[in-house]
Amino acid sequence: MSDGIAKEPIQLYEARKKIHPKRATGSFRRFKWIVMAITLAIYYITPWLRWDRGEFAPDQAVLIDIANRRFYAFFIEIWPQEFYFVAGMLVMAGIGLFLVTSVVGRAWCGYTCPQTVWTDLFLVVERYFEGDRNARIKLDKDPWSFDKLRKRVLKHTTWLIIAVATGGAWIFYFADAPTLLRDLVTGQAHYVAYATVAVLTTTTYVFGGHMREQVCNYMCPWPRIQAAMLDEDSLVVTYNDWRGEPRTHGTKKAEASGEAHGDCIDCNACVVVCPAGIDIRDGQQMECITCALCIDACDDIMGKIGRPTGLISYSTLNDYNANMALATDPESATLNPDLVRDKDGKFVDAIKHFDWRIFLRPRTLLYFFIWVSLGLALLFALSQRDRMTISIQHDRNPVFVTLKDGSIRNGYNVKILNMIPEKRLIHLSVEGLEGAVMTVSGIEGAPASFATVPVDPDQVRSLRVFVRQSPENIKSGQTPFSFIATDQQSNEVDTYSTVFDAPE
Amino acid sequence: MSENNETDDITGVETTGHEWDGIKELNNPLPRSWLWGLYGTIVFSIGYVIAYPALPLINSSTAGLLGWSSRQNVANDIAALEQGRESLGQDLVATDLNKISGNPDLMQFALAGGNSAFKVYCSQCHGAGAAGGGIYPNLVDDDWIWGGTVDDIYLTLKHGIRYEADEDTRYSQMPNFGADGILERDAIKDAAWYVRSISGQEADLEAAERGAIVYQDNCAACHGDSGEGMHDLGAPALNDAIWLYGGSHEEIVAQISKPKQGVMPAWGDRLSEATIRQLSLYVHRLGGGEK
Ligand code: SF4
Ligand code: SF4
Repeated sequence: MSDGIAKEPIQLYEARKKIHPKRATGSFRRFKWIVMAITLAIYYITPWLRWDRGEFAPDQAVLIDIANRRFYAFFIEIWPQEFYFVAGMLVMAGIGLFLVTSVVGRAWCGYTCPQTVWTDLFLVVERYFEGDRNARIKLDKDPWSFDKLRKRVLKHTTWLIIAVATGGAWIFYFADAPTLLRDLVTGQAHYVAYATVAVLTTTTYVFGGHMREQVCNYMCPWPRIQAAMLDEDSLVVTYNDWRGEPRTHGTKKAEASGEAHGDCIDCNACVVVCPAGIDIRDGQQMECITCALCIDACDDIMGKIGRPTGLISYSTLNDYNANMALATDPESATLNPDLVRDKDGKFVDAIKHFDWRIFLRPRTLLYFFIWVSLGLALLFALSQRDRMTISIQHDRNPVFVTLKDGSIRNGYNVKILNMIPEKRLIHLSVEGLEGAVMTVSGIEGAPASFATVPVDPDQVRSLRVFVRQSPENIKSGQTPFSFIATDQQSNEVDTYSTVFDAPE
Repeated sequence: MSENNETDDITGVETTGHEWDGIKELNNPLPRSWLWGLYGTIVFSIGYVIAYPALPLINSSTAGLLGWSSRQNVANDIAALEQGRESLGQDLVATDLNKISGNPDLMQFALAGGNSAFKVYCSQCHGAGAAGGGIYPNLVDDDWIWGGTVDDIYLTLKHGIRYEADEDTRYSQMPNFGADGILERDAIKDAAWYVRSISGQEADLEAAERGAIVYQDNCAACHGDSGEGMHDLGAPALNDAIWLYGGSHEEIVAQISKPKQGVMPAWGDRLSEATIRQLSLYVHRLGGGEK
């Protein structure tokens, strides 16, 4: 600094300020418990679900089989070239996030994000061993003692057990879960499995136990993207200044003196429950994950002091602004909640409250339309996709071969994809090439216009196929024709167009 | 740091003085964990430099304590691969050549090895697609001068054709019917018309009739009564559509007068038994192999 004025030097780095969220109770907290139970259950149980696919495919309901390049999800089996289904689902997830965010703000962050769920879980553990907010603050300050050590050891051990279980569950999605578990325990699993568990254990322990809101604030890109999805009609957790301010510690005194006073009694209940460590009364903030725990805390207080709930609520910016205008004294430009409530403390009719019709806006409808269309398109594609296909590669060197009897032969590499876990007999024939006969490598029989090829379950069979035309049928140059593969049992057909080359 | 720092009213945080379109940058401190992250990477890089090859020297680089080397890794991988192949290679040599195709693993090994060996040793003359060209026979068609069974191909590969350095090479010599004055010029022309006629090509039938007699007296001993050729003597079939040295009247006349004779080197002393077997099976599978 060169201006010569003594200023506090700016701190370049700042240590994390430890947050001690207090346990909240209320409807949103209950909802969060339920979401937490469901998401954790899905994560831990899914790899153990079984799904019978017959003897030629794994019986794990959800499996990402990287070694064999297959992805199984219940009745769906995806081959690598069908990865667009996965891509489509990711696009749907993205649009779905846009939709949810434009309607109810950062609901993903507040309820379902793994970072939120695991942080919540770690907080449960912390609270169990060290007590609620005040006890934890005190414990932090206390000098080391046997009791403190015991609590800390228990807490970190439990965290680590959860972390190991989290990392451990992850790898079950990539291999047969019961086998892998046995290998893991007996020390026979591949080192990659152990390394993955170790890495995920570390990240779970560090993110859930030590970094928590720092992940949201500094590492995660979602909050920034989601912030861009919000508009004036999105529901966000809002402190309603128009009925809360001016806040006062002594409502009775204020009432007696006739001073303007709002509903907020400045009890700090909303601040102490906040997992992001912020004061929602300062307005919308980057750190707020809209977990709505402050709503629960404040509603509780409002109940106790006999005021309507909703001082902190899910509100839209439009409603908030309109209500603010109503509650602002035009002369002094200060807030006076008496402008919006009658003598009994009831709010005047002009005050805007939540109205579900706010969900139906062009933007949300558009997102919904795109999301549904994508879903239907994917479902349609899924129902129409081929489970038996062929692909053909025509020999380029030599393009044709003249045989002793003057006939011309072309070579093709034919791949037959049997994408179901059952053995098939594929009837392979040529169409559009007069008098053509073929011989197929590995298939016995005299040259004929077709061949019957067994293909193993869930396999690609590669064949060398020679197609031969006798001199009287040969047309000079290129003749287009098709290979047709038919499963005569299921009547599935796939056709592949290619050409037959002869001398010009 | 800029001098005109001001304080942002809403957040109470000082700005950096940078402004873009009216948006000012707050000078919030970085989280300290980032700084730790930076120190962490520095510590890691020091460890890395010590453990792995890192610092460039003039002709090489520092070796690193772990002795890791990508070159050595490749060498190890190749050695491991060769070790794995050894048993297959032994099986290949020990198994009857005609029975190998009954063993899918061994056959796959043979074809893959044959494919790469062909690219290295054979494609220069016979072409990458094995379709021959010029004076080099096509190996994908069904016409074989010296026979097209696996055993025939094996023999040709092992000892070559007209390859004098190999005692067991197969040898035949077509006489210079014209150059050595064995046949009159007209007789040669007639014989050529006859050859065209038996291979189903346009011919001067009158001349061909005369040529038939010339053929029976001079050619049939090797090329067969009906021109079907004879593998043991390397006498090509003359009644088919395939002509190594050309099937026009002039080309046939030239070949009778002063024949071109191909030479194929013997590979027995240059390639391993396993490789020759691989090549035999591979070539046999190209499209024209005989039973
Ligand atoms: S301000 Fe409220 S909604 Fe936002 S993170 Fe804190 S407690 Fe959750
Ligand atoms: S919980 Fe409600 S009453 Fe208490 S400080 Fe927060 S906003 Fe005010």
